[in-house]
Amino acid sequence: MTHSIIRVENLSKKYVISHQRESSSVHQYRALRDVISDKVRSLGRNLVKSGKNKLPDPTCEEFWALRDVSFDIQQGEAIGIIGRNGAGKSTLLKILSRITEPTAGRIVVQGRVASLLEVGTGFHPELTGRENIYLNGSILGMARSEIQKKFDEIVAFAEVEKFLDTPVKRYSSGMYVRLAFAVAAHLEPEILVVDEVLAVGDSAFQKKCLGKMGDVATKEGRTVLFVSHSMQAVSQLTKRCILLSKGNVQFDGNTNRAINLYLASPKDSAEQPAYYRAPANKTGNYLAWAKVHTSEAEGIHCWGNSITFEFALHITQPDANLLFTFQVVSAFQQQICNFWFSEPDAPFCRAPGTFILRCEIPKFRLYMGLYTLKAWICNPRDQTVLEKLMDICPFEITMHNFERPEYQWGADECTYLEDAVWQIAETCSENSDSISVIAS
Amino acid sequence: MKTKGLVIEAGRTERQYWKDLWNYRELFYFLAWRDILVRYKQTAIGIAWALIRPFLTMVVFTVVFGNLAKLPSDGAPYPILVFSAMLPWQFFANALSECSNSLIANSNLISKVYFPRLIVPSSAVLVSFVDFMISGMILLGLMAWYNFVPDWRILLLPLFILIAFAAAVGSGLWLAALNVEYRDFRYIVPFIVQFGLYISPVGFSSSIVPEEWRLLYSLNPMVGVIDGFRWAILGGNSNIYLPGFLLSMGLVLLLLVSGIWYFRKMERTFADVI
Repeated sequence: MTHSIIRVENLSKKYVISHQRESSSVHQYRALRDVISDKVRSLGRNLVKSGKNKLPDPTCEEFWALRDVSFDIQQGEAIGIIGRNGAGKSTLLKILSRITEPTAGRIVVQGRVASLLEVGTGFHPELTGRENIYLNGSILGMARSEIQKKFDEIVAFAEVEKFLDTPVKRYSSGMYVRLAFAVAAHLEPEILVVDEVLAVGDSAFQKKCLGKMGDVATKEGRTVLFVSHSMQAVSQLTKRCILLSKGNVQFDGNTNRAINLYLASPKDSAEQPAYYRAPANKTGNYLAWAKVHTSEAEGIHCWGNSITFEFALHITQPDANLLFTFQVVSAFQQQICNFWFSEPDAPFCRAPGTFILRCEIPKFRLYMGLYTLKAWICNPRDQTVLEKLMDICPFEITMHNFERPEYQWGADECTYLEDAVWQIAETCSENSDSISVIAS
Repeated sequence: MKTKGLVIEAGRTERQYWKDLWNYRELFYFLAWRDILVRYKQTAIGIAWALIRPFLTMVVFTVVFGNLAKLPSDGAPYPILVFSAMLPWQFFANALSECSNSLIANSNLISKVYFPRLIVPSSAVLVSFVDFMISGMILLGLMAWYNFVPDWRILLLPLFILIAFAAAVGSGLWLAALNVEYRDFRYIVPFIVQFGLYISPVGFSSSIVPEEWRLLYSLNPMVGVIDGFRWAILGGNSNIYLPGFLLSMGLVLLLLVSGIWYFRKMERTFADVI
């Protein structure tokens, strides 16, 4: 029997944004006297405001983070929630986990909601791992007896047996995150809300977390709400997705369609992944900007499509020996491929100016994952490095246009996936002369 | 099977608040436990700090007010007179500063996890209460040293401890809630605590305050609390100025009720404002 475990009806949330009065930001350095008078004035203003005579304040502006959002979620479903920054994802989760109240509308929830809004919430650095498990568990809503029962399981999952009695401030960041996730993952709520927790830990642990969350939904019959910017993780974990846009539900249904819609929608000009711009104070020969033209918007590239890397070199001291190199680097800082450009006759070797270099790869077949670029400008003759940039232009490669029907793509299966042509020929057992031919 | 679901809508938390508070009692205990554990971590002499600070203040006050200014001591040894007031005052002052900072210090919790927010400041008061119990040992030591035997009134001490609790929680809730929105109170609280030590009858007996000013003096709720402590501990010659005491008690009650009211009113927006 299925019944809706979460029903959201016309949910709206309004925030009031106050803009700083201009007078206070005019002076860059303010005397203590100004600070005090400012404080007193703002205190007075606020006291007046909280009184009965509410004046419309020109410094305040209303902002609807969510507007008339409605949906139903059945028990045991794993639902992805995607959307751009500011689409209202976090607000929705905050209301669901009762951190803040909605302005209008209602949610009916059947069962306990536990949120992993950020792992490690409430960890205290001075306390030991053991103490933090108890503290964090109770903050997340576990009873003490429940924690005791699960204690060994949590410790085993986090792989921190040896350091249980060490203060967590001495933990490595990986251990810290593992422990935090382990506590949260062993909660047994009917509804689990997960927000961007997978951006942490090493890859093996990330895999373990994804697996654990898949189990929660499919094997244990619980409901998982999963918010992420990683399209890969969303498509791996969920069948149904809610796409939020500017506080409204833009689409609710099949995950792959939701992802395609998300990728197709126009991007904000303010946030540009796969892009780098040099800080204003650079001098000499330097990289003015760099851009990765991925097959989809938002720095997302579908495996096997054509990709273009574009670099603008700002040259003030031309030199015939200038060499430009860039590399594609995986999330684990492994250098995957190397590209270079060195032409003694190139225009930038002879005259100063800004030159755009374009490098196109017709079929870019790196395996799914997050990648960045490393770029150099150097002079191999006198062995000087004029510019060295690391971790620029982050972009993501997904496999979502290339499905394997029987089993999902796993993270880190390989780093490179080549097109291959297979042939198969059958051998006849009666005829011993024939040989099998399998060519690739 | 039909289970009763949880309904989230504007203004709804109001109705389930006290039930939630009970459901989250374990968290209350854990937060207090955390603060107690953390309080003296990585200190060389640890919990002894809870003894040394009030003890040294007591010595200074005894020398200044008792030996140099030669103020009357209501028949009890001057150190005991000072310490019977130092106990509730230290408790109140600690609770006030811990309480007013508690929400800010736990802002990561408040903006990420739901629980009745009242738990945070009240567990901060509980932590100060543990310090209070520890420094209470000094009082026992002083009594043994001076061969001072209290009379039956000491049995009423828990009542006065309760009043001190109410005063600390009441004003603590006000300051904690205000501190979330106006960080000015971060600077005001230490000032209140420092100032309060001198305008409350800690180093001297309130009997030296001229009769016509005593009612006015009792507007400070800690006057009633301290007088109550002295009455219960010193016994004998120490008397309670009844109108003043009642005024103080009324103020404590008002502080407590209005503190809870204001805190509850502001609580809904804490996660958005903090």
